[in-house]
Amino acid sequence: MRKICLTVVGLYLMMLHAFSQFTAKDTTVYQPRPLKIDEINLVSSYYKQDGNHSPVTGGIGSEKVTDIANGLDIKWVGWDQKNRKNTLTAGIGYDHHTAASQAYVSKTGASQTGGTRIYPSLNWNIENEKKGTGFGLGAYYSTEYNYKSIGLDAEFSKKTKNNGEFTARLTGYFDKVKLIYPSELIPVSTNTSASSSGDGHSKNIPSSPRYTYTASFSFEQVINKRMQVSVMTDLIAQNGYLGLPFHRVYLNSGADVVENLPNTRYKLPLGVRLNYFVGDNVILRSYYRYYTDSWGIVSHTANLEVPVKLSPFFSVSPFYRYYVQSAARYFAPYGTHTSQDQYYTSNYALSGFTSQFFGAGIRLSPPKGIFGTHLNSLEIRYGHYTQTTDLVSDVISVHLQFK
Amino acid sequence: MNMQTRVKLLMAPLACILLASCAHVKEYQKSRINDSEMSLSSRKVEKNEQNFQSYREGAAGANGGKTGGGCGCN
Repeated sequence: MRKICLTVVGLYLMMLHAFSQFTAKDTTVYQPRPLKIDEINLVSSYYKQDGNHSPVTGGIGSEKVTDIANGLDIKWVGWDQKNRKNTLTAGIGYDHHTAASQAYVSKTGASQTGGTRIYPSLNWNIENEKKGTGFGLGAYYSTEYNYKSIGLDAEFSKKTKNNGEFTARLTGYFDKVKLIYPSELIPVSTNTSASSSGDGHSKNIPSSPRYTYTASFSFEQVINKRMQVSVMTDLIAQNGYLGLPFHRVYLNSGADVVENLPNTRYKLPLGVRLNYFVGDNVILRSYYRYYTDSWGIVSHTANLEVPVKLSPFFSVSPFYRYYVQSAARYFAPYGTHTSQDQYYTSNYALSGFTSQFFGAGIRLSPPKGIFGTHLNSLEIRYGHYTQTTDLVSDVISVHLQFK
Repeated sequence: MNMQTRVKLLMAPLACILLASCAHVKEYQKSRINDSEMSLSSRKVEKNEQNFQSYREGAAGANGGKTGGGCGCN
Protein backbone atom coordinates (compact mmCIF):
# COMPACT_ATOMS: atom_id res chain seq x y z
CA MET A 1 0.00 0.00 0.00
CA ARG A 2 2.83 2.34 0.93
CA LYS A 3 4.60 1.49 -2.34
CA ILE A 4 1.44 2.37 -4.32
CA CYS A 5 1.06 5.71 -2.50
CA LEU A 6 4.72 6.61 -3.06
CA THR A 7 4.42 5.65 -6.72
CA VAL A 8 1.31 7.79 -7.19
CA VAL A 9 2.96 10.75 -5.40
CA GLY A 10 6.09 10.31 -7.50
CA LEU A 11 4.09 10.27 -10.73
CA TYR A 12 2.17 13.36 -9.59
CA LEU A 13 5.41 15.22 -8.86
CA MET A 14 6.79 14.22 -12.28
CA MET A 15 3.68 15.61 -13.96
CA LEU A 16 4.00 18.85 -12.04
CA HIS A 17 7.67 19.09 -13.11
CA ALA A 18 6.77 18.56 -16.76
CA PHE A 19 4.31 21.44 -16.70
CA SER A 20 6.81 23.64 -14.87
CA GLN A 21 8.88 23.83 -18.12
CA PHE A 22 6.73 26.65 -19.46
CA THR A 23 7.86 28.83 -22.29
CA ALA A 24 8.72 32.36 -21.26
CA LYS A 25 6.55 34.97 -22.90
CA ASP A 26 8.07 35.80 -26.33
CA THR A 27 9.32 39.39 -26.08
CA THR A 28 10.91 39.27 -29.53
CA VAL A 29 7.63 39.53 -31.53
CA TYR A 30 8.37 41.24 -34.85
CA GLN A 31 7.59 44.95 -34.85
CA PRO A 32 6.64 46.64 -38.12
CA ARG A 33 8.84 49.53 -39.21
CA PRO A 34 7.21 52.60 -40.77
CA LEU A 35 8.27 54.02 -44.13
CA LYS A 36 11.50 56.02 -43.95
CA ILE A 37 13.45 57.74 -46.70
CA ASP A 38 15.98 55.25 -48.01
CA GLU A 39 17.50 57.14 -50.94
CA ILE A 40 17.09 60.17 -53.15
CA ASN A 41 18.24 60.22 -56.78
CA LEU A 42 18.75 63.24 -58.98
CA VAL A 43 19.59 62.75 -62.68
CA SER A 44 20.20 65.68 -65.03
CA SER A 45 21.23 65.64 -68.68
CA TYR A 46 22.12 68.21 -71.29
CA TYR A 47 21.54 67.08 -74.88
CA LYS A 48 22.56 68.86 -78.07
CA GLN A 49 21.81 67.64 -81.60
CA ASP A 50 22.17 68.75 -85.19
CA GLY A 51 21.25 67.28 -88.57
CA ASN A 52 19.65 68.06 -91.92
CA HIS A 53 16.54 65.90 -92.14
CA SER A 54 13.85 67.50 -90.02
CA PRO A 55 10.47 65.72 -90.38
CA VAL A 56 8.69 69.05 -89.72
CA THR A 57 9.97 70.29 -93.09
CA GLY A 58 9.48 67.02 -94.94
CA GLY A 59 12.86 65.35 -94.37
CA ILE A 60 15.04 68.38 -95.11
CA GLY A 61 16.04 71.29 -92.89
CA SER A 62 17.73 71.81 -89.55
CA GLU A 63 17.37 69.23 -86.81
CA LYS A 64 19.10 71.47 -84.27
CA VAL A 65 17.78 70.63 -80.79
CA THR A 66 18.91 71.30 -77.24
CA ASP A 67 17.26 69.59 -74.31
CA ILE A 68 17.74 69.78 -70.56
CA ALA A 69 16.18 66.78 -68.81
CA ASN A 70 15.91 66.52 -65.02
CA GLY A 71 14.52 63.76 -62.83
CA LEU A 72 14.18 63.51 -59.05
CA ASP A 73 12.95 60.43 -57.23
CA ILE A 74 12.59 59.72 -53.52
CA LYS A 75 12.39 56.18 -52.19
CA TRP A 76 10.80 55.23 -48.86
CA VAL A 77 11.25 51.75 -47.37
CA GLY A 78 9.39 50.13 -44.46
CA TRP A 79 8.32 46.72 -43.16
CA ASP A 80 4.74 45.74 -42.35
CA GLN A 81 3.39 43.41 -39.65
CA LYS A 82 3.97 40.36 -41.86
CA ASN A 83 7.65 41.28 -42.28
CA ARG A 84 7.17 42.25 -45.93
CA LYS A 85 9.34 45.00 -47.32
CA ASN A 86 7.29 47.91 -48.69
CA THR A 87 8.92 50.39 -51.07
CA LEU A 88 7.26 53.61 -52.18
CA THR A 89 8.96 55.71 -54.86
CA ALA A 90 7.74 59.15 -55.91
CA GLY A 91 9.34 60.85 -58.89
CA ILE A 92 9.06 64.03 -60.91
CA GLY A 93 10.69 64.86 -64.24
CA TYR A 94 11.09 68.24 -65.92
CA ASP A 95 12.41 68.61 -69.47
CA HIS A 96 12.83 71.78 -71.51
CA HIS A 97 13.79 71.69 -75.17
CA THR A 98 14.35 74.11 -78.02
CA ALA A 99 14.05 72.80 -81.58
CA ALA A 100 14.89 74.94 -84.61
CA SER A 101 12.54 72.98 -86.88
CA GLN A 102 9.60 73.59 -84.52
CA ALA A 103 9.49 77.19 -85.78
CA TYR A 104 8.37 75.79 -89.15
CA VAL A 105 5.14 74.29 -87.89
CA SER A 106 4.13 77.66 -89.24
CA LYS A 107 4.97 78.00 -92.92
CA THR A 108 6.61 81.36 -92.14
CA GLY A 109 8.78 80.00 -89.32
CA ALA A 110 6.88 81.98 -86.69
CA SER A 111 5.99 79.11 -84.35
CA GLN A 112 7.55 78.87 -80.90
CA THR A 113 10.73 76.82 -80.78
CA GLY A 114 10.64 75.78 -77.13
CA GLY A 115 8.61 73.34 -75.12
CA THR A 116 8.41 71.94 -71.61
CA ARG A 117 7.40 68.52 -70.37
CA ILE A 118 6.50 67.65 -66.77
CA TYR A 119 6.04 64.01 -65.75
CA PRO A 120 5.36 62.84 -62.20
CA SER A 121 5.27 59.16 -61.20
CA LEU A 122 4.38 56.98 -58.21
CA ASN A 123 5.40 53.34 -57.60
CA TRP A 124 4.65 50.97 -54.75
CA ASN A 125 6.28 47.58 -54.35
CA ILE A 126 5.81 44.89 -51.70
CA GLU A 127 8.34 42.09 -51.31
CA ASN A 128 8.15 38.90 -49.25
CA GLU A 129 11.82 38.11 -48.75
CA LYS A 130 11.02 34.73 -47.20
CA LYS A 131 8.98 33.51 -50.16
CA GLY A 132 11.06 35.42 -52.71
CA THR A 133 7.99 37.06 -54.29
CA GLY A 134 7.25 40.69 -55.09
CA PHE A 135 4.30 42.68 -56.39
CA GLY A 136 4.16 46.29 -57.52
CA LEU A 137 1.89 48.98 -58.98
CA GLY A 138 2.85 52.18 -60.79
CA ALA A 139 1.10 55.32 -62.05
CA TYR A 140 2.53 57.90 -64.46
CA TYR A 141 1.44 61.23 -65.91
CA SER A 142 3.04 63.43 -68.58
CA THR A 143 2.02 66.79 -69.97
CA GLU A 144 3.53 68.93 -72.72
CA TYR A 145 2.03 71.49 -75.07
CA ASN A 146 0.93 68.95 -77.68
CA TYR A 147 0.65 65.69 -75.70
CA LYS A 148 -0.94 64.31 -72.54
CA SER A 149 -0.31 60.84 -71.15
CA ILE A 150 -1.60 58.66 -68.32
CA GLY A 151 0.23 55.41 -67.63
CA LEU A 152 -0.41 52.46 -65.29
CA ASP A 153 1.53 49.30 -64.62
CA ALA A 154 1.49 46.16 -62.46
CA GLU A 155 4.49 43.93 -61.81
CA PHE A 156 5.12 40.49 -60.32
CA SER A 157 8.48 38.89 -59.51
CA LYS A 158 9.60 35.53 -58.15
CA LYS A 159 13.06 34.38 -57.11
CA THR A 160 14.15 30.82 -57.82
CA LYS A 161 16.07 28.56 -55.43
CA ASN A 162 19.23 28.77 -57.52
CA ASN A 163 19.88 32.52 -57.67
CA GLY A 164 17.43 33.28 -60.48
CA GLU A 165 14.59 35.80 -60.69
CA PHE A 166 11.62 36.02 -63.04
CA THR A 167 9.71 39.30 -63.52
CA ALA A 168 6.54 40.08 -65.48
CA ARG A 169 5.05 43.54 -65.94
CA LEU A 170 1.94 44.83 -67.69
CA THR A 171 1.91 48.50 -68.73
CA GLY A 172 -0.69 50.67 -70.43
CA TYR A 173 -0.34 54.25 -71.68
CA PHE A 174 -3.53 56.17 -72.52
CA ASP A 175 -2.40 59.24 -74.43
CA LYS A 176 -3.86 62.15 -76.35
CA VAL A 177 -2.07 63.81 -79.28
CA LYS A 178 -3.09 67.42 -79.89
CA LEU A 179 -3.65 67.81 -83.64
CA ILE A 180 -1.41 70.82 -84.28
CA TYR A 181 -1.06 70.78 -88.07
CA PRO A 182 1.38 72.78 -90.23
CA SER A 183 -0.21 76.19 -90.70
CA GLU A 184 -0.92 75.68 -94.43
CA LEU A 185 -2.51 72.26 -93.82
CA ILE A 186 -4.97 73.09 -91.03
CA PRO A 187 -8.33 71.50 -92.02
CA VAL A 188 -10.73 74.05 -93.55
CA SER A 189 -13.49 73.11 -91.10
CA THR A 190 -11.33 74.24 -88.14
CA ASN A 191 -11.82 77.81 -86.82
CA THR A 192 -8.52 79.42 -87.76
CA SER A 193 -8.50 82.64 -85.75
CA ALA A 194 -4.90 83.78 -85.17
CA SER A 195 -3.38 82.94 -81.79
CA SER A 196 -0.73 84.87 -79.94
CA SER A 197 2.00 82.62 -81.30
CA GLY A 198 1.30 83.94 -84.80
CA ASP A 199 0.90 80.50 -86.30
CA GLY A 200 -2.79 80.78 -87.16
CA HIS A 201 -3.94 77.87 -84.97
CA SER A 202 -7.34 77.76 -83.32
CA LYS A 203 -7.47 77.96 -79.56
CA ASN A 204 -9.69 74.83 -79.50
CA ILE A 205 -7.38 72.28 -81.10
CA PRO A 206 -8.84 68.76 -81.12
CA SER A 207 -6.91 65.74 -79.85
CA SER A 208 -6.67 62.15 -81.03
CA PRO A 209 -6.00 59.14 -78.77
CA ARG A 210 -2.94 56.88 -78.80
CA TYR A 211 -2.83 53.68 -76.76
CA THR A 212 0.25 51.60 -75.94
CA TYR A 213 0.07 48.22 -74.20
CA THR A 214 3.22 46.35 -73.14
CA ALA A 215 3.76 42.93 -71.58
CA SER A 216 7.36 42.72 -70.33
CA PHE A 217 9.13 39.55 -69.25
CA SER A 218 12.64 39.16 -67.90
CA PHE A 219 14.70 36.41 -66.30
CA GLU A 220 17.96 36.94 -64.43
CA GLN A 221 20.35 34.16 -63.49
CA VAL A 222 23.64 34.01 -61.62
CA ILE A 223 25.84 31.68 -63.66
CA ASN A 224 28.85 31.51 -61.35
CA LYS A 225 30.79 33.67 -58.89
CA ARG A 226 31.84 36.06 -61.68
CA MET A 227 29.04 36.01 -64.25
CA GLN A 228 25.34 36.72 -64.41
CA VAL A 229 22.97 37.03 -67.34
CA SER A 230 19.47 38.31 -68.06
CA VAL A 231 17.09 37.93 -70.98
CA MET A 232 14.28 40.40 -71.60
CA THR A 233 11.44 40.82 -74.01
CA ASP A 234 8.52 43.19 -74.45
CA LEU A 235 5.36 42.44 -76.40
CA ILE A 236 4.12 45.86 -77.50
CA ALA A 237 0.87 46.82 -79.22
CA GLN A 238 0.02 50.39 -80.17
CA ASN A 239 -3.11 51.79 -81.73
CA GLY A 240 -4.50 55.23 -82.44
CA TYR A 241 -2.76 58.27 -83.90
CA LEU A 242 0.82 56.99 -84.20
CA GLY A 243 2.41 59.76 -86.28
CA LEU A 244 2.79 63.45 -85.37
CA PRO A 245 0.40 65.95 -86.99
CA PHE A 246 3.09 68.60 -87.66
CA HIS A 247 5.31 66.25 -89.67
CA ARG A 248 5.16 67.15 -93.37
CA VAL A 249 5.70 64.90 -96.39
CA TYR A 250 6.53 66.44 -99.79
CA LEU A 251 5.20 64.33 -102.65
CA ASN A 252 6.95 63.97 -106.00
CA SER A 253 4.40 66.46 -107.38
CA GLY A 254 5.75 69.16 -105.03
CA ALA A 255 2.60 69.22 -102.89
CA ASP A 256 2.99 68.84 -99.14
CA VAL A 257 0.73 66.75 -96.92
CA VAL A 258 0.67 65.66 -93.26
CA GLU A 259 2.44 62.32 -92.71
CA ASN A 260 0.03 59.40 -92.60
CA LEU A 261 0.99 56.22 -90.72
CA PRO A 262 -1.05 53.09 -89.91
CA ASN A 263 -3.14 53.25 -86.76
CA THR A 264 -1.67 50.01 -85.40
CA ARG A 265 1.89 48.94 -84.65
CA TYR A 266 3.24 45.77 -83.04
CA LYS A 267 6.80 45.67 -81.72
CA LEU A 268 8.95 42.78 -80.52
CA PRO A 269 12.35 43.50 -78.95
CA LEU A 270 14.47 40.71 -77.45
CA GLY A 271 17.43 41.66 -75.27
CA VAL A 272 20.26 39.85 -73.49
CA ARG A 273 22.65 41.25 -70.90
CA LEU A 274 25.75 39.45 -69.74
CA ASN A 275 28.06 40.85 -67.06
CA TYR A 276 31.39 39.29 -66.23
CA PHE A 277 33.90 40.24 -63.53
CA VAL A 278 37.40 39.84 -64.99
CA GLY A 279 40.21 39.58 -62.46
CA ASP A 280 39.83 41.94 -59.51
CA ASN A 281 39.25 45.29 -61.19
CA VAL A 282 37.60 45.01 -64.58
CA ILE A 283 33.97 44.27 -65.45
CA LEU A 284 32.52 43.54 -68.87
CA ARG A 285 28.91 44.77 -69.28
CA SER A 286 27.53 43.56 -72.59
CA TYR A 287 24.12 43.94 -74.16
CA TYR A 288 22.50 42.78 -77.39
CA ARG A 289 18.98 43.48 -78.68
CA TYR A 290 17.11 42.18 -81.72
CA TYR A 291 14.06 44.22 -82.72
CA THR A 292 11.32 43.80 -85.28
CA ASP A 293 7.94 45.45 -85.80
CA SER A 294 4.90 45.41 -88.06
CA TRP A 295 6.06 48.52 -89.93
CA GLY A 296 8.95 46.54 -91.40
CA ILE A 297 11.78 47.79 -89.18
CA VAL A 298 14.38 45.22 -88.16
CA SER A 299 17.29 46.35 -86.01
CA HIS A 300 20.26 45.09 -84.03
CA THR A 301 21.86 46.81 -81.07
CA ALA A 302 25.17 45.83 -79.50
CA ASN A 303 26.65 47.59 -76.52
CA LEU A 304 29.83 47.01 -74.53
CA GLU A 305 30.86 48.91 -71.41
CA VAL A 306 34.06 48.17 -69.48
CA PRO A 307 34.11 49.63 -65.95
CA VAL A 308 37.63 49.69 -64.55
CA LYS A 309 37.78 49.98 -60.77
CA LEU A 310 40.80 52.20 -60.09
CA SER A 311 39.98 51.84 -56.40
CA PRO A 312 37.08 50.12 -54.55
CA PHE A 313 35.25 53.49 -54.64
CA PHE A 314 36.23 55.00 -57.98
CA SER A 315 35.68 53.57 -61.44
CA VAL A 316 36.00 54.74 -65.02
CA SER A 317 33.66 53.20 -67.62
CA PRO A 318 34.31 53.64 -71.35
CA PHE A 319 31.49 52.35 -73.57
CA TYR A 320 30.61 51.76 -77.21
CA ARG A 321 27.20 51.12 -78.80
CA TYR A 322 26.54 50.05 -82.38
CA TYR A 323 23.07 50.14 -83.92
CA VAL A 324 21.73 49.21 -87.37
CA GLN A 325 18.16 49.34 -88.61
CA SER A 326 16.29 48.75 -91.86
CA ALA A 327 13.75 51.32 -93.05
CA ALA A 328 10.05 51.15 -92.28
CA ARG A 329 8.09 50.29 -95.40
CA TYR A 330 6.31 53.67 -95.26
CA PHE A 331 9.47 55.79 -95.30
CA ALA A 332 10.77 57.69 -98.30
CA PRO A 333 12.98 60.82 -98.54
CA TYR A 334 11.87 64.31 -99.54
CA GLY A 335 9.97 64.49 -102.83
CA THR A 336 9.73 60.72 -103.35
CA HIS A 337 6.29 59.65 -102.14
CA THR A 338 3.44 59.63 -104.64
CA SER A 339 -0.21 60.53 -104.19
CA GLN A 340 -0.98 56.81 -104.67
CA ASP A 341 0.80 55.81 -101.46
CA GLN A 342 -1.62 54.86 -98.68
CA TYR A 343 0.90 55.55 -95.88
CA TYR A 344 3.83 57.95 -96.05
CA THR A 345 6.46 59.51 -93.84
CA SER A 346 9.79 61.31 -94.28
CA ASN A 347 10.77 60.97 -90.61
CA TYR A 348 14.39 59.79 -90.72
CA ALA A 349 13.97 58.00 -87.35
CA LEU A 350 12.11 55.41 -89.47
CA SER A 351 14.72 55.28 -92.28
CA GLY A 352 17.50 52.73 -92.77
CA PHE A 353 20.77 53.74 -91.09
CA THR A 354 23.54 52.74 -88.72
CA SER A 355 24.59 54.68 -85.66
CA GLN A 356 27.44 54.68 -83.17
CA PHE A 357 27.47 55.99 -79.64
CA PHE A 358 30.62 56.11 -77.56
CA GLY A 359 31.94 57.86 -74.50
CA ALA A 360 32.89 57.31 -70.90
CA GLY A 361 31.65 57.76 -67.38
CA ILE A 362 33.17 58.07 -63.94
CA ARG A 363 31.65 56.90 -60.69
CA LEU A 364 32.60 57.89 -57.17
CA SER A 365 31.01 56.06 -54.20
CA PRO A 366 33.04 56.05 -50.95
CA PRO A 367 31.46 54.00 -48.13
CA LYS A 368 30.92 56.97 -45.79
CA GLY A 369 29.64 59.31 -48.47
CA ILE A 370 31.47 61.95 -50.48
CA PHE A 371 33.31 64.24 -48.03
CA GLY A 372 31.41 62.42 -45.25
CA THR A 373 28.04 63.78 -46.41
CA HIS A 374 24.78 62.03 -47.34
CA LEU A 375 25.92 62.19 -50.98
CA ASN A 376 26.44 58.45 -51.37
CA SER A 377 27.53 58.38 -55.03
CA LEU A 378 28.26 60.66 -57.93
CA GLU A 379 28.28 59.60 -61.60
CA ILE A 380 29.12 61.75 -64.60
CA ARG A 381 28.79 60.37 -68.12
CA TYR A 382 29.42 61.82 -71.59
CA GLY A 383 28.50 60.30 -74.95
CA HIS A 384 28.85 61.27 -78.62
CA TYR A 385 26.29 59.91 -81.10
CA THR A 386 26.43 59.81 -84.89
CA GLN A 387 24.05 58.41 -87.50
CA THR A 388 24.73 57.74 -91.18
CA THR A 389 21.81 60.15 -91.80
CA ASP A 390 24.29 62.90 -90.71
CA LEU A 391 22.54 63.37 -87.36
CA VAL A 392 25.09 64.14 -84.65
CA SER A 393 24.48 64.65 -80.95
CA ASP A 394 26.25 64.95 -77.61
CA VAL A 395 24.84 64.24 -74.19
CA ILE A 396 26.28 64.74 -70.74
CA SER A 397 24.52 63.35 -67.67
CA VAL A 398 25.00 63.58 -63.93
CA HIS A 399 23.53 61.27 -61.26
CA LEU A 400 23.60 62.16 -57.57
CA GLN A 401 22.46 59.58 -55.06
CA PHE A 402 21.78 60.55 -51.45
CA LYS A 403 21.32 58.04 -48.62
CA MET B 1 12.10 32.41 -92.30
CA ASN B 2 9.13 33.74 -90.32
CA MET B 3 9.33 35.71 -87.10
CA GLN B 4 8.46 32.74 -84.91
CA THR B 5 11.37 30.71 -86.29
CA ARG B 6 13.77 33.62 -85.83
CA VAL B 7 12.67 34.04 -82.22
CA LYS B 8 13.22 30.33 -81.51
CA LEU B 9 16.66 30.34 -83.12
CA LEU B 10 17.63 33.38 -81.09
CA MET B 11 16.32 32.08 -77.78
CA ALA B 12 17.70 28.52 -78.10
CA PRO B 13 21.38 29.34 -77.42
CA LEU B 14 20.34 31.70 -74.65
CA ALA B 15 18.30 28.98 -73.01
CA CYS B 16 21.29 26.63 -73.24
CA ILE B 17 23.47 29.13 -71.42
CA LEU B 18 20.92 29.45 -68.66
CA LEU B 19 20.03 25.80 -68.34
CA ALA B 20 23.64 24.57 -68.49
CA SER B 21 24.79 23.58 -65.00
CA CYS B 22 24.84 26.95 -63.22
CA ALA B 23 27.19 26.81 -60.25
CA HIS B 24 25.41 27.07 -56.94
CA VAL B 25 26.77 30.34 -55.55
CA LYS B 26 26.39 30.83 -51.81
CA GLU B 27 25.68 34.27 -50.35
CA TYR B 28 29.22 34.69 -48.98
CA GLN B 29 30.62 33.98 -52.47
CA LYS B 30 28.68 36.84 -54.10
CA SER B 31 31.11 39.69 -53.39
CA ARG B 32 31.75 40.18 -57.13
CA ILE B 33 28.19 39.46 -58.24
CA ASN B 34 26.84 42.03 -55.78
CA ASP B 35 29.21 44.78 -56.95
CA SER B 36 27.18 47.82 -58.07
CA GLU B 37 28.89 47.78 -61.49
CA MET B 38 27.62 44.20 -62.03
CA SER B 39 23.96 45.18 -61.84
CA LEU B 40 21.90 43.73 -64.69
CA SER B 41 19.76 46.85 -65.04
CA SER B 42 20.75 50.04 -66.86
CA ARG B 43 22.42 52.70 -64.79
CA LYS B 44 20.15 55.55 -63.68
CA VAL B 45 22.59 57.96 -65.36
CA GLU B 46 21.78 56.27 -68.71
CA LYS B 47 18.03 56.90 -68.47
CA ASN B 48 17.95 60.09 -70.56
CA GLU B 49 20.41 58.62 -73.12
CA GLN B 50 18.03 55.71 -73.69
CA ASN B 51 15.16 58.16 -74.15
CA PHE B 52 17.06 60.20 -76.75
CA GLN B 53 17.99 57.01 -78.60
CA SER B 54 14.36 55.84 -78.70
CA TYR B 55 13.32 59.27 -80.13
CA ARG B 56 15.91 59.14 -82.96
CA GLU B 57 15.69 55.44 -83.77
CA GLY B 58 12.87 53.12 -84.76
CA ALA B 59 13.51 50.50 -82.10
CA ALA B 60 12.57 50.57 -78.43
CA GLY B 61 12.25 48.22 -75.48
CA ALA B 62 13.96 45.18 -73.94
CA ASN B 63 16.22 47.44 -71.89
CA GLY B 64 14.00 48.53 -69.00
CA GLY B 65 13.30 51.81 -70.77
CA LYS B 66 10.57 53.21 -73.02
CA THR B 67 8.60 50.91 -75.28
CA GLY B 68 6.24 53.52 -76.69
CA GLY B 69 3.73 56.03 -75.44
CA GLY B 70 4.18 58.35 -72.47
CA CYS B 71 5.43 61.30 -74.53
CA GLY B 72 4.97 62.96 -77.90
CA CYS B 73 8.33 61.72 -79.07
CA ASN B 74 7.39 58.28 -80.38
